[in-house]
Parts: sequence; structure tokens; C-alpha cells
Amino acid sequence: MTWRLFEKVRKLFPPLRSSRHRGLLLLAATLFSLPTSFAFAQGPSAVPDIFNTVSTPADAIRRLSFFVLVITGLIFVVVFSLLVYAVIRFRHHSTGDDREPPQVYGSNQMELAWTVVPVLIVLVLFFATARVIQSVQDAIPPANTLNVTAIGHQFWWEFRYPALGIVTANELHVPVSDRAHPTPTFVKLLSADTDHSFWVPQLAGKTDLIPNRINSIWIDPHATGMYLGQCAQYCGTQHAKMLLRVYVDSPEQFGAWVAAQKQSAHAPDSVAAGRQIFETTACINCHAVSGTVANGRFGPDLTHLMSRDTIASGAASNTHENLKLWIHDPEAIKPGSFMPAMNLSAHDLEAVTAYLESLK
Amino acid sequence: MSSETIALAGVHEPSRPVGVLLHSWVTTVDHKRLGILYILYAILFLVIGGIEATVMRIQLIVPHNHFVSPQVFNQMFTMHGTTMIFFVAMPILFGFGNFLIPLMIGARDMAFPRLNAFSFWLTAFGGILLYFSFVGGYGLYGVGAAPDVGWFAYAPLTAKTFSLGHSTDFWTFSLLVSGFGSIGAAVNFVATILCLRCPGMTLSKMPLLAWLNLVMGGLVLLVISPLTAAQVMLALDRFLGAHFFDTQAGGSAVLWMHFFWIFGHPEVYVLVIPGFAFASEIIPVFSRKPIFGYPIMVGATVAIGFVSMSVWAHHMFTVGMSSYGNTFFALTTMVIAIPTGIKIFNWLGTMWGGRLIFKTPMLFCIGFLFQFLIAGLTGIMLSAAPFNWQLSASYFVVAHFHYVIVGAILFTIFAAFYYWFPKMSGRLYNEKLGKLHFWLFVIGFHLTFDFMHIPGLLGMPRRIYTYEPGRGWEIWNLIVTIGVVFQAVAILIFVGNLLYSMFKGVPAGNDPWDAWTLEWSTSSPPPEYNFAMIPVVNSRRPLWDIKHPEDPDWQYE
Repeated sequence: MTWRLFEKVRKLFPPLRSSRHRGLLLLAATLFSLPTSFAFAQGPSAVPDIFNTVSTPADAIRRLSFFVLVITGLIFVVVFSLLVYAVIRFRHHSTGDDREPPQVYGSNQMELAWTVVPVLIVLVLFFATARVIQSVQDAIPPANTLNVTAIGHQFWWEFRYPALGIVTANELHVPVSDRAHPTPTFVKLLSADTDHSFWVPQLAGKTDLIPNRINSIWIDPHATGMYLGQCAQYCGTQHAKMLLRVYVDSPEQFGAWVAAQKQSAHAPDSVAAGRQIFETTACINCHAVSGTVANGRFGPDLTHLMSRDTIASGAASNTHENLKLWIHDPEAIKPGSFMPAMNLSAHDLEAVTAYLESLK
Repeated sequence: MSSETIALAGVHEPSRPVGVLLHSWVTTVDHKRLGILYILYAILFLVIGGIEATVMRIQLIVPHNHFVSPQVFNQMFTMHGTTMIFFVAMPILFGFGNFLIPLMIGARDMAFPRLNAFSFWLTAFGGILLYFSFVGGYGLYGVGAAPDVGWFAYAPLTAKTFSLGHSTDFWTFSLLVSGFGSIGAAVNFVATILCLRCPGMTLSKMPLLAWLNLVMGGLVLLVISPLTAAQVMLALDRFLGAHFFDTQAGGSAVLWMHFFWIFGHPEVYVLVIPGFAFASEIIPVFSRKPIFGYPIMVGATVAIGFVSMSVWAHHMFTVGMSSYGNTFFALTTMVIAIPTGIKIFNWLGTMWGGRLIFKTPMLFCIGFLFQFLIAGLTGIMLSAAPFNWQLSASYFVVAHFHYVIVGAILFTIFAAFYYWFPKMSGRLYNEKLGKLHFWLFVIGFHLTFDFMHIPGLLGMPRRIYTYEPGRGWEIWNLIVTIGVVFQAVAILIFVGNLLYSMFKGVPAGNDPWDAWTLEWSTSSPPPEYNFAMIPVVNSRRPLWDIKHPEDPDWQYE
């Protein structure tokens, strides 16, 4: 994709004789075709590309950024051409005469020109920017808004749906929003410990989660699917693996997900042994499973652990082997996380894993 | 005045035992020696900071790499940032300022020579204190732990709760101490420039380098104070149980951000304005023309100084300021592009119609112009607050500020090295090696920092020790790391060239560049007293007037 655009841009220019000039031109063309060439698809992508947006705030930012890119690109072309021209045209030829060139001290007309033009450019950019700031930040939530509270922890995300009574972690589910009848999601951002930042590039710009402070962000994704993001404010040792997923569900999917999440945990008798170990060890100091004695709040709520695709805040996929490894030796997956190694016997480890796997 | 009368042959010093020589350097209050000490000290830390950067780039060359642990990686980026800003960029610029300002304004030394020595040794001690943490900073991970809170050390990560042990304290006290050193140096710069100019050198006849360092000195005085205040508050939090930034006891994390960035953003201008100063001296000499629009250049610099004090919160567009706050800081940040653009056009105007001579210093200045243009344009993108909500804290920002600090500031510092090396050492550097350094560094710089923008656009945050495969970031990280190899080789060639030329270089003579400012009228290296007779000047280019008595500058100024 990048290469095709690169070739296209290249063909716009007649061939140059000097290979050095052509090299510079190609470099410039590549630099400017690169960012735009990423925005090819509209929808969920494995690449969290800021130009491949599916939500109103991110769309507004993308449009503003293209406008800014075009203006800065034009400035670059003009000034860069002047610089290249000056370097080539006014170079000293060793065969030429060595007299000093005319000594020019300045020109008020020129100074005025290159002051006034930038002032005008800045004004245009400023008004375009101010408009988008206002439209994104001062948007009023409609009545059918879904309210979610996101709480940043070292190094995972807690999501609460106050109106629905749901508590979950790391994987945020929201309904898709129809452009004609928007159902946006407003996310209140809090922090339990250090600064974090909520960033899902395809849905919105980032906003920090800061202790003792209430921030918010909103999204109204137009396309279903899973969107990737991660913590964008350095928050400690495992900042890198504080990953984030947003699942944009169809209204039916979302309704089903909500109904399932509202259930209490139902552990079958076959995993009673694992449940007993879970409830009598340190597990419950940090983890909650609704309807049981486990009501710890320091770590993620595990009531519907199996409804999530990943564990350890996205650091590993939610498989039997990974779950066992995570309980046995968290450092192997996420060194520096606050999940301690549980030092269980092989038998107990298997039993606890089986219990956790029953938490649908 | 004539150049013959003020240039005494360098008084030949009899060779002395090493101990005596070392003692004379340690106890020196001579501005030239202190300048060189600052520079040597900064080069040492440049190599250390470069090694830290290389460790990070090796770790990020492929996803899920295990070259270093997250703990070590976090220490590396904290130490790299702190080192490069406080113990490389600032000392190296203070060093050049110290060496050059008295020579360029026709003075025999700085205004306060002992304060000058005191300031240098404070700064030096600050750097040693920072690095002692590797041995003495008992921290989270056992004996010996360097700070790992990031170079802007956001609260509450620095609170006792989250940063056990003393690694953060080493960081705090190191910056506190070196901050006092910076203030001392700034006092000296301002006093020297205002009070010690030679007869005839009115403010409007000062070399631009002196003007720009005056603005820089003023900025340092204004902005180091909030940093120092913040460090004192942090130390109170950590040692006496105060709660300025301790959010668990009701402190404010955002307060720290304000304190840090009201230092941190003007700091960028503290670093780049001396860089502008080098370019403003070197470009005219190698274009064989006076600087274009001198009064406008002075005005633009002063304007940048003022406006730079009102833009700090553009580092905080994502902390949830009101829309009015974001709009205000977007405007002030965009406004700073105007005086900056004026400067670029004036340098271009200086080259226009000139006779450009591409010696190594000029090559680095042209590299600076090109890269500073791009850095300014990505700065405009970042100033558009909504665009910033996507770009901030991503690799795009990392690429942007390295474009400023390496592409602009370091390039002008290299230019200054090659340009004034003959004056400092008395010998010419090797031109071929200089050009090789330039081209290798340009290639390495662009491989690393051009391609570093892209993962940022693809959602890669900064300060992550590893990343997931499949997000489209792999190829860009690989290219970025490859660029480091070129830069490292270039730096080795640079250091080698300086060492070789210091002993084996061709003697330079007083004025190898046929230049126009006063430092070139005295011997190379200059005698301890700089000028046998204090010069008298009539224009901004006193040596032009001497060389062209038929067409002196003072007729036009």
C-alpha cells in the first residue's frame, strides 16, 4: 500500500537528471505518503491506527489532523525548496572568483512578509483547532447514554457499569452506535493509584486517569468488532503490559453480554475442591467472585473470568495453560505485576484452575 | 584598533608534571578552562546517555524481547532523559557560552570567576550523585537501583508508596544541586553580557551569540526556580511526611505537572536558543554575508523567551483541562511558531545571495535548518490539542522532541565543535573525518527519528519495555534500531577526530575561517587574559571593518 502510493506520488514528478535531487524528492514524497497510506480500512483492525477511525471524536481528530498535515506539508514543500535552491544556487565554486558577495543586512519588506503570512496561517489553524476542542470536549451526553466508570490500577483496568450493576476488567464492552440514533458511551476515568491514560486510537484520543481527579471521555463506535489500546501514561514497572480492549457489540450481542454479566457465579460441584482452595487462600484478599465469600477489590473481578479473551490485562490469551502459568508464576508472563506466585501444589493448582475455568 | 595589536603570540607555558597540571585545572577560575571542563564533562555523559539509549533500542528491536527486564528498561529511559537534558545538553551549552562570551564581547573573563567555578563543580557533583544511585540507591529491586520514575517523574509515582527506597531521592537531590549550578551559570552569563562588553559594543552591536545567551540566561533564572521548588516539595513529601504530591493523602498529581512543565517547556528553549546562537554565528561566516535582519533576530528571540513561559500546559492536553484551558494553550503554542519561523527565514535570507562554503560546521548548520523545519512542523501538529490527544505520550512525540534535541540542538552543537575547535585547541580538525561524521550521523539520525514517528501514528505508546506482535510496529522499530548503529559509529569518529586533531592537527592560526567576531582576533588558544589590549569596536563585525577598511559595517548600522 505504502509502496503503491509512493510510486503514484513519484509519477507526478518528471524525472530529474541528477540522482541526488531525485533522492531528496523521493524522501520527501515517502515522508508525506506514509501517514495517509495507513488509513485504508474503516473498521476494527489489528493495527491501532489513529487515522483508521470509527467513532465521532476520533473522526473529528482525523479530519483536523489531515487539515493540519496538508498545511504543514505545504509549508514544508515551500521552505524545503527554498533551502535546497539556496544550497545549490549559492554554493561556492572553487574556480569562481573569491570576492565577497554583496553584503545585505536585511529587508523590512521581507521581514514583514514572513511575519504576516505565518500569523494568518496560525489564525486559520487556531480556529480549526478550537472548533474541534469544543465539539469533542463540550459534547452533552444524550439521555440514552451508557455510563461506564473506568478505574486505572497498577497494571490493569477495572470497568464498572453503575446502572447495570456490572463489574469487569480489562475488556470493555459497549454497544455499537447508529449514526442516525447515536447510543454513545461516556466513560468516567478514575485512578486507584498512579497516573494512567485511556487510549484506544481508533475510537478517541487519550485522556489520563489521575488519582483525586475525575476525568471523562466519550465514544460512539459506528462499527462492531474489537479495538485495541493500552495505557499511555507511564504508571510503573509493567506499564507496557497494561493492555486494553474495547468490544463494540451489536445491540443483541450487548444485551446478551449484559444479561450474562448480571448473573452471579455458578460453580458446578465438580470444581468444589478448587473453589475451596480459592476461598481459603490469599486469592480472595484481592479478587472478587460475586455470590461467594471472595470480595477482594485489589485485583480484577473474576466472576465471569471465562467471558474474557485475555488474562493479566491482555498480556496473555485466556487459555488453560496460560491461566495455570499465571497462578503458578506470574513473573513468567508479566514481571513486576502485583499478582503473587501462589505456591500451590500441582494438584491444587489444577483444581483452582478448573474452578476459575467454571466462572463463565 | 587593529588585529595585530590585540593578538599577542600565545605565551608558551613550560611543561609541568601531570599532578600540577591537574591541580591547575581543578582549581581554575578561567572561563576558557571552565568552558572546556563543562564540555568534556558533557561528552562523557553524552556517551553514557547514548549507551542507555542503545540498550533501549536493542530491547525494542523485536517484540517480546528479553534483552533487559522491565525494571532495567524503566531505569534506562529515566536515566537517559535526565542525563541528556541536565548533564549533557545544559553543561555543553554552558561550556560553549563560558568559553565564547568573554572572547566575543572583548572581556578578560566572566563577571564572577569564582561563582563560575562553583557552578561547574555543583553541576558536576549533581551528575555524580545521579549515577551513584546505581550503587547506593537501595530501591525496590535490592541494592543499587537507579531512578525509574521517568525523567519528568510524575506524581504520585514518586511518592513513598510507589517508589520505595532512595532511587527517587538521588534523582531529586541531583537535580536540586545541578539546578543551583545552572542558576549560578545563568547569573554569570547575564551579568557578564550586561556589564563587561568592550568599549563601543552597545547592546545593538553585540554578536547574536551574546544576545541569545542573554535571553537563555534570563530564562534559566526564571524556570529553574519552579523546578527547584518542586524538588524541595517532593523531598518534604518523602522525608517529612508532607503531602504536596502525595495523592493518597489528598495531594495533587496535577500540581507536580504544572511545576515540572513550567520549567520543562521553557527548558527546551534554554537548550535551543544557544543552538540558534551557534547557527547565527556560523551560517553568516560560511555564507560570507552578515546575518540577515539582525534586529528582527534579536526581537524574535526575546519574543520566543516571553511566549515560551506561557505554553507549558501543552504537555498536559490529556490531563482533562477544561476546553478553555486547552484552547488557550493551543493558541500560545501556535503563536511561538511565528518568531521561530522568522528565524528560519532570516537564516535562509543570510544564505541567499551568499557564497556558501560547505565546511563541516556549515554542513551541520544546513542539517539543523532542514531538521528544525520538520521539528517545528510536527510541533504545530502537536499544538493542535485534539491531534495531540492522539499523538501525546506516543512514539510520535518521542520522535518530535528528538528531532528538536538531536536534529536541531545536537547538530548545532556539532557545528559549534568543529567551528570553534581551532580556537580552543589551536589546531584544525580533520575535514574528511568531519564530513564522514556528518554524513554518517545524518543517515543514522534520519533512519532512527524519521521512522520513529510512524509507530506513534499506529498507536505505540512511549516508555514500554516491550510490545505485542501484529500491531504493525515491528518493521519501524527494527529500522529505528538500525539507525543507532550509524549514529554510534559517527560519534566514535567525532571523538576520535577531536582527540587526533588535538595533538596532530595542523596549527590553525588566529583566524582560520576568515571570520568577523572578536574571538578570532586573539591567538588560538587564547592567552589567559584573552586580549593584551581591550578591543574597541564600531560595528557588529569588528574584524570585517579591519579587513575591509574601504567598506566598513559601521557605515550601514
